[in-house]
Amino acid sequence: MSKTTQRFTKMNKTYTTIDGNEAVAYVAYRCNEVMGIYPITPSSNMGEWCDQWASEGVKNLWGTIPSVVEMQSEAGAAGAVHGALQTGALTCTFTASQGLLLKVPNMLKIAGELTPTVFHITARTLATHALSIFGDHSDVMLARTTGFALLSSASVQEAMDFALIAQEATLESRIPFLHFFDGFRTSHEVSKIELVDEDVIRQMINEDCVIAHRQRAMNPDRPVLRGTAQNPDVFFQAREACNPFYAKCAGITAQVMDKFAAITGRQYKLFQYEGDPSAERVLVIMGSGGETAAETVDYLNERGAKVGVLKVRLYRPFSVKSFVEALPASVKAIAVLDRTKESGALGEPLYLDVVTALNECLASGQCKLQRMPKVVGGRYGLSSKDLTPAMVKAVFDNLQAASPKNHFTVGIEDDVSHISLECDPEFSTESDKVVRALFYGLGSDGTVGANKNSIKIIGENTDNYAQGYFVYDSKKAGAVTISHLRFGPKPIRSIYLVSKANFVACHQPIFLDRYDMLKDLVPGGTFLLNTQHGPNEIWDQLPRPVQEGMIKKKVKFYVIDAIDVARATGMGARINTIMQTCFFALSGVLPREEAIEQIKYTIKKTYGRKGEEVVKKNIAAVDQTLANMFEVKVPAQVSSKKELPPPFTADAPKEIAETLGAIYGNRGESLRVSAFSPDGTFPTGTARYEKRNLALEIPVWDEKTCIQCAKCAVICPHACIRIKAYDAKCLQGAPATFKSTEARSPEWKGLKWTLQVAPEDCTGCCLCVEVCPAKNKTEAKLKAINMRPQPPIRLTERENYSFFLELPEFDRRKLKVGQLRQQQVMEPLFEYSGACAGCGETPYLKLLTQLFGDRIVAGNATGCSSIYGGNLPTTPYAKNKQGRGPTWNNSLFEDCAEFGLGFRVSIDKQKEFGCELLRKLAPKLGDSFADSIINAIQTDEAGIYDQRERVAALKEKLAGDTSSEAKMLLAIADNLVRRSVWIIGGDGWAYDIGYGGLDHVLASGRDVNVLVLDTEVYSNTGGQCSKSTPRGAVAKFAAGGKPLRKKDLGLIAMGYGSVYVASVAMGAKDEHTLKAFLEAESYPGPSIIIAYSHCIAHGIDLDRGAGAKQQRLAVDSGQWLLYRFDPRRADAGENPLQLDSSAAKTKVQDYLLSENRFKMLTKSKPEDAKRFFAQAQGDAERRYAYYQYLAGLKPKTGNGAPTQPTAAATVADHP
Amino acid sequence: MDLKTTYLGLKLRTPLVPAASPLSEEIDGIKQMEDAGASAVVLYSLFEEQLRQDRAELDHHLEHGTESFAEALTYFPEPKEFRLGPEEYLKHIAKAKQAVRIPVIASLNGSSTGGWTEYAKAIQQAGADALELNIYYIPTDMDLNSAQIEQTYLDILKAVKSVVTIPVAVKLSPFFTNFANMAKRLDEAGANGLVLFNRFYQPDIDLEALEVKPNILLSTPMAMRVPLRWIALLCGKVRPSLAATSGVHRATDVLKMLMAGADITMLCSALLRHGVRQIGVIERDLSAWMEEHEYESVAQLKGSLSQKNCPDPSAFERAQYMRAISQYAAANSN
Repeated sequence: MSKTTQRFTKMNKTYTTIDGNEAVAYVAYRCNEVMGIYPITPSSNMGEWCDQWASEGVKNLWGTIPSVVEMQSEAGAAGAVHGALQTGALTCTFTASQGLLLKVPNMLKIAGELTPTVFHITARTLATHALSIFGDHSDVMLARTTGFALLSSASVQEAMDFALIAQEATLESRIPFLHFFDGFRTSHEVSKIELVDEDVIRQMINEDCVIAHRQRAMNPDRPVLRGTAQNPDVFFQAREACNPFYAKCAGITAQVMDKFAAITGRQYKLFQYEGDPSAERVLVIMGSGGETAAETVDYLNERGAKVGVLKVRLYRPFSVKSFVEALPASVKAIAVLDRTKESGALGEPLYLDVVTALNECLASGQCKLQRMPKVVGGRYGLSSKDLTPAMVKAVFDNLQAASPKNHFTVGIEDDVSHISLECDPEFSTESDKVVRALFYGLGSDGTVGANKNSIKIIGENTDNYAQGYFVYDSKKAGAVTISHLRFGPKPIRSIYLVSKANFVACHQPIFLDRYDMLKDLVPGGTFLLNTQHGPNEIWDQLPRPVQEGMIKKKVKFYVIDAIDVARATGMGARINTIMQTCFFALSGVLPREEAIEQIKYTIKKTYGRKGEEVVKKNIAAVDQTLANMFEVKVPAQVSSKKELPPPFTADAPKEIAETLGAIYGNRGESLRVSAFSPDGTFPTGTARYEKRNLALEIPVWDEKTCIQCAKCAVICPHACIRIKAYDAKCLQGAPATFKSTEARSPEWKGLKWTLQVAPEDCTGCCLCVEVCPAKNKTEAKLKAINMRPQPPIRLTERENYSFFLELPEFDRRKLKVGQLRQQQVMEPLFEYSGACAGCGETPYLKLLTQLFGDRIVAGNATGCSSIYGGNLPTTPYAKNKQGRGPTWNNSLFEDCAEFGLGFRVSIDKQKEFGCELLRKLAPKLGDSFADSIINAIQTDEAGIYDQRERVAALKEKLAGDTSSEAKMLLAIADNLVRRSVWIIGGDGWAYDIGYGGLDHVLASGRDVNVLVLDTEVYSNTGGQCSKSTPRGAVAKFAAGGKPLRKKDLGLIAMGYGSVYVASVAMGAKDEHTLKAFLEAESYPGPSIIIAYSHCIAHGIDLDRGAGAKQQRLAVDSGQWLLYRFDPRRADAGENPLQLDSSAAKTKVQDYLLSENRFKMLTKSKPEDAKRFFAQAQGDAERRYAYYQYLAGLKPKTGNGAPTQPTAAATVADHP
Repeated sequence: MDLKTTYLGLKLRTPLVPAASPLSEEIDGIKQMEDAGASAVVLYSLFEEQLRQDRAELDHHLEHGTESFAEALTYFPEPKEFRLGPEEYLKHIAKAKQAVRIPVIASLNGSSTGGWTEYAKAIQQAGADALELNIYYIPTDMDLNSAQIEQTYLDILKAVKSVVTIPVAVKLSPFFTNFANMAKRLDEAGANGLVLFNRFYQPDIDLEALEVKPNILLSTPMAMRVPLRWIALLCGKVRPSLAATSGVHRATDVLKMLMAGADITMLCSALLRHGVRQIGVIERDLSAWMEEHEYESVAQLKGSLSQKNCPDPSAFERAQYMRAISQYAAANSN
């Protein structure tokens, strides 16, 4: 159980309030000895729980602590699981989506060898035209041919129950089980359920089967051979030998379900029918949608319909007999709903199975059905799209039509293929007895955490059942959260978002301008607003549509200044406890006094571990709340003239505003199919249209103190600090407050120089202020850039920024790009991303796009950089005034290097072909013209500029030419301008899952550039350990601190001798980073830059500008080395390695203790921390000495003479 | 040579006691001190403020960025338990007690009244032979007068004394309007010892970075003059044991302090600079000097040059200061 999850017993039943992942992990952990894990959303938490329990010494059913092993990929995890199973350990694993795909080859082997195991899968969308982390059955359906049994659970309760049923069924049947439940909807839903306790598990597990599994294990004392290769003579027969086991599997599973029912009282069936016993219309469905369907069926039947739902539990092996037995004999029409899409198929898999099952059964002559019912199939719920009662009703309505739509979709409006069903948005089955609440919060204000607590309070202290589901947006900074809570006297089967809320709370007043929060509130419902305006002032501050909505719905309106209460009680920005108290006071789910007491009790339980002070301030916040909450009488008349601003700025093109703008405005659900390109293509440069105004304070430039070093600009993660040098005459028409000064660079004498902040895009991270080296001479606390409140200067700075953007760009050919102060005037083509405030990765990407952005072809591994780089609604990759900019794509997590290599090979081939065509067409084009293109030197901006001019001229010449060669050359001519191929990813990709491919690409000799944004953990999935994680760091999957040192990727790459390698840390030495980027790009072979990227997962004050300081500490302590290895130097007779770090100035421990990832180990396992920290010091010293030795070697001349170490190298220790 | 002395009622083999410092953070370090001849050891300080800071920091970092992004609802595993209280320190006391025979004196640096008593009790339970309260803060509140500040010291001492039975010493700064009066009142409040004086971080300015950088400098023998004076002035006039700390580097420094009236001398900078074996060196030199000058015991010389016993009591007072200045000025004018 988690820290806050408590079990409690009532009427001989033990209840707990828990999410699906923890429920499953709880059972899996107790039933297994080995877990092979790898992070992938939304299944990561199961592995995290197991790792954490193991580090805490929690034992399994047999009293031993399971071994939890993280692998380099899901494929690796499956291999390890296969091996552990073959040698007799009870073994399981967890995954989803692409991870399941990577496991498929081993799954075929595991099943082929009749090996009992359970793979617990949070069913998730497979990446196609786009990646999605959300839930559907496309992954599971792709794995349905592996020979695994497929068992589907539909709710948190079932997820826990089926984890156990699957475990016992696999042991009994020897068929491996894939137990799946809907990603996010079930895996992340918090729900009050009956706990399967250890006694139940013990009663369920047949130990004889466990022993039989061990006896089948590979054992040199009684050796066997498996995994043979077989020929056409026997393979087929041998493959059929397993059939009896599959034939028995469904029966065994049904028996296990009955045994489970006998123990717990919860009866499951292979196919579970609910509804009218004489129903004529039946829906067949699998997964969480079945619960909503059942709720709707009840509702419709109570109103006279004759409908039913057949919930599929065991999908494979498919028992035709059980399926038909479960159907009512009266059925005339069946709709089969699949949560997957199989383009080009006759129908989706479950539909085809149902049709086949019915046909087979009827053909056998022993079917209880008299004739073949009408069967139609449809798709729903891709990527966690809700299945609502309205949609279920639409499906039943369709079955009533004379000729129902087949192969329909439901839940979207398809105006392209016209196959979607129409739904009645007003149809609702919500019961009056259920309290339904919606909370709009920011990630940083603690809303979700408080709601999770509320669910536990209600779940554990009342007879009510409770459900919580949480919707997050795709931004990392300033993320909006919407919590959907239900409480009611019966188990809650409404597995869809709340749309008829009795209570809506707006935890941040800025949402009033952004979201229509009243649309989901029922008439007479309660609306709670956190605002700094008092009860007498607030009405006039509301936008007109909000006032209108309140009057129309006769809303009960309450306000509280939670920010003020939080400040007064030491809670800072965390208004969670305050808003939670308001909810309890207003909702009446619990008597007010009791609720307050319970909140306080929960606070003590939740925060007690973190010390008395944290408890005290939360309790104080509760005590201060009620006195500060006021009811506002809603006037009868609208008084406001304030309209809601459009989501995007006015300069956004209409088609972008109508699609991406709608998504940004939380209206993505309303977009129809035709709004989207059919192949997943989107325009770039769209982040500029959303002005998020996240920062309360933004930097303001002091031109008198500034030394024009540009350090603030280069480090800004969101490209919000821009610099231009320009002719004074450009200042004509400048806004009155626009600042400008004389440029200081000697080459720029006479030019004006401006540093301008993008006021509405800045996230207020303070990195710029932190790195600014210039101090005010009379007031040393001031620098050349200082944080100032944003609201008073928003409008003037907006105007200034617009003016600034229109100033001419500096001629790139005339820049000394190696000098940061000049280079930084280059236009960034990566701007305003949704990365965390203070992100350590994005400054590198921005620099990259400034330098080479107008010719970059980027392949991006899945991870943070693909999310802030490519998650809808908007993208930070942008275009310059000529329309050029990075073109970007994300293939997968594991294959980024190969993907990028493909770019290179393709571009090189087209260039080569282009040159061949140029030669062929030279008589027409002119020999010297063709030669000038073919032999163009494109090593600097001037060379590239000239080549672009030539290619433009070429295109003109080719325009009228209808010959095949001319047309072909025209189509590929752009490739004649040098392209810069970049392969971008994090350490999870480069060090772990993608390492094999990366290694191969580095060995290819091709001109690709690899940028490893090394955060030393899997940041995007919540900080799991990678092979880049340093010794002693606490990470998920390394809850006890990582015991081994970080992999030295750079050293491995240097081993090839032909790869340019650099290790950089911009926060420590920005000019060094710049140099490395320029060298890497110019190197005509493979280059890799390993870039230290501070991260939120390090436990540092990221949003207070700590990142750069941490980078400096890492470098100063020797924990991170700066170096460059350039094979061109070896060719020139020099040592290719330049060690750019000086000897350590501080102890490694000084750095380690400044980051929570290390420091927290001193609070959880102090002895281990001490040992690891001492070893880390040794690691750093030895590594420095070794690099010093290598960098000190005199280069070989190639004449066979022995290598002569330099003086430095002779004193260094060779590890 | 009989170097025995008594401090806080503890009978010690010599007057050489390592002061609270990072050297006692490892049990091995404490053992080495004992081996080098330390007669007792004051452990490094338990900083209540640090513990509070750590707790706040941990809470902040574990919460920061959570529940914001669907793929990363948290960033750290959260173990069931954190050791955020003084457990490590208490364990350290217990381990030290097992590892060495010499008395172990714990040191507590608190910031809240609750913390002082709660931790003092725990320290006694952990087996410390005595407790040194390191009460020091820089009052910067302009509305706080000296009487209030002095009363805070007394309140803390009384609170701690009311919950422990082990002897309690108070480590102080010299910055009181009338230190003699303060010493008397601490005596009345039940102090078993006075440790004179504390040394602190002092601000410095980094001219290149234009930053204020507090740092601590190791003491030089010059630093002993302030405690020397006050020990000499207090010797025989108050009941608590007197420990001299600051500037004790050599045997001659120890001798001077003992003669002024110290019961023990505490060593810190000397050990940080030269290593713990310096204790043995000082002890050898101390014995040699005493032998050479025909002293029999520490008891014999203790307080022999205190204000009470010295030939010129006024030498420790202000008049002496004036004379020194005038002599110096006269010498310079020649």
